[in-house]
Amino acid sequence: MSGLERGSIAVVGAAESDLGQVAQHTSPVDLMAQATMRALDDCGLKLKDVDALFVAATQVRMGPMSLAEYLRIKPKVFDGTQIGGSSFMTHVAHAQMAIQLGLCEVAVIAYGSTQRSVSRAAASPREINPYESPYRPILPISAYAMAAARHMHQYGTKREHLAEVAVAARKWALLNPKAWEKEPLSIEQALNARMVSYPFTVRDCCLVVDGGGAIVLTSAARAKTLRKKPVYVLGVGETLSHANISSLPDFTVTGASVSGPQAFKMAGVTPKDVKMASLYDAFTINPILFLEDLGFCPKGEGGRFVANGAIAPGGKLAVNTSGGGLSYCHPGMYGLLVMIEAIRQVRGECGERQVKGCDVALAHGNGGVLSSQCTVIFGSENAL
Amino acid sequence: MIDLMKQSPLGTYVEHLKKGELAYQVNKDNNKAFFYPRAIAPETGSANIEWRVSKGLGTVYTTTVIYYKGEAPLNVAMIDMDEGYRLMSRVEDIDAMDVKIGMRVKFKVHPGDDKTLPYPVFTPAGDAK
Repeated sequence: MSGLERGSIAVVGAAESDLGQVAQHTSPVDLMAQATMRALDDCGLKLKDVDALFVAATQVRMGPMSLAEYLRIKPKVFDGTQIGGSSFMTHVAHAQMAIQLGLCEVAVIAYGSTQRSVSRAAASPREINPYESPYRPILPISAYAMAAARHMHQYGTKREHLAEVAVAARKWALLNPKAWEKEPLSIEQALNARMVSYPFTVRDCCLVVDGGGAIVLTSAARAKTLRKKPVYVLGVGETLSHANISSLPDFTVTGASVSGPQAFKMAGVTPKDVKMASLYDAFTINPILFLEDLGFCPKGEGGRFVANGAIAPGGKLAVNTSGGGLSYCHPGMYGLLVMIEAIRQVRGECGERQVKGCDVALAHGNGGVLSSQCTVIFGSENAL
Repeated sequence: MIDLMKQSPLGTYVEHLKKGELAYQVNKDNNKAFFYPRAIAPETGSANIEWRVSKGLGTVYTTTVIYYKGEAPLNVAMIDMDEGYRLMSRVEDIDAMDVKIGMRVKFKVHPGDDKTLPYPVFTPAGDAK
């Protein structure tokens, strides 16, 4: 995005809320507030320092108001842009605009969901579409399943390739103490799991759990004065292509082919410089599409790219080292946690799953049914 | 020009379905067909819109099979109509798993019921051109 300067702001605090299954009657805003204070504690800032608030959630229609009221703060800048799971990447871009313009100094981006506790149907009620609802697609699953089916038809991608994505995520998850899934998963188990919407079994689909998170951003200058090593925002890109999947012209090409090049151009890096990629894996086809559209492999080669454990621990590219939405945590709109893992990798805080020398990490968000695509590239001081 | 005080795009579409017709719209400014029905044409913003009745032939662009518990497998597919627009639908009169990408299909009306308006479904059309 022109006008935004590479490295002008940095993430200084990052934290998850409690994840998994929280106590009965916990609210999404309880989780947002908990994560916000953990993220502020992470960097040593106080609630009174926060002057900008960015919130999106499915269970809280007017997020910035609800969290500001809960915390009794009066942010000067606020934004509730709701474009699904990639909303928070867009919030980073918007926070950068506001911080660069001097409209605010310390921005918090927060999310919370209790979708496991209250059920997905209650947490994310579907909008009625008179042209599509009569066919009873399971949304969003069936939309992604149709993208996968088209990719398989057009490029020879196989269900085994989809299963590779699920198995790689599970292997990473077993290295992450916070991951929901604790047991190994084999290709055969993934392929033979309960079919939900062909070609997807339940193992091709993300988890449905409670959770939330928060990150704190400030100017590069102020970031240097805080507790943790700054994680600079090197580049951002964002695009919307449709709301309903029927309006995506080519189901094998997503808006990541727009947001990715924007972010890489601003960051002045290429896919070869990326040491770890955090790619919103709502479904197993997603990382395959995003690896192609972001330029990690040619169009159509995503399935073959992930084969033979290539994105698992020890593979050729570290993807979704947290275990992803498939095996770590997926509280409905997972994009904030996608960024938190990339931030932690750049900081070098990932323990057993740490990628060595991770000076550049990419976080790619996806929202709706491949509808919104937003990319953020993070870097350490070495990458500036 | 579509007068929203008199008739909605969905209203006109459903009136056609009740007559057994699949209606779609064309932007007269650029001669492009589009779906779903709108009061304003996409891309140009034109109100110069014409309703047309489809010949009813299309090709499966992509497909999925949904396994609702306790129900027969259910097909959901994207159909690229010969007139140049796409809609979500279902291919009937064939096993859901036998619906294939590239298959030629023909429109028929599902009458709907008390809760659902009539809607288009498709059946295999062999090698219909």
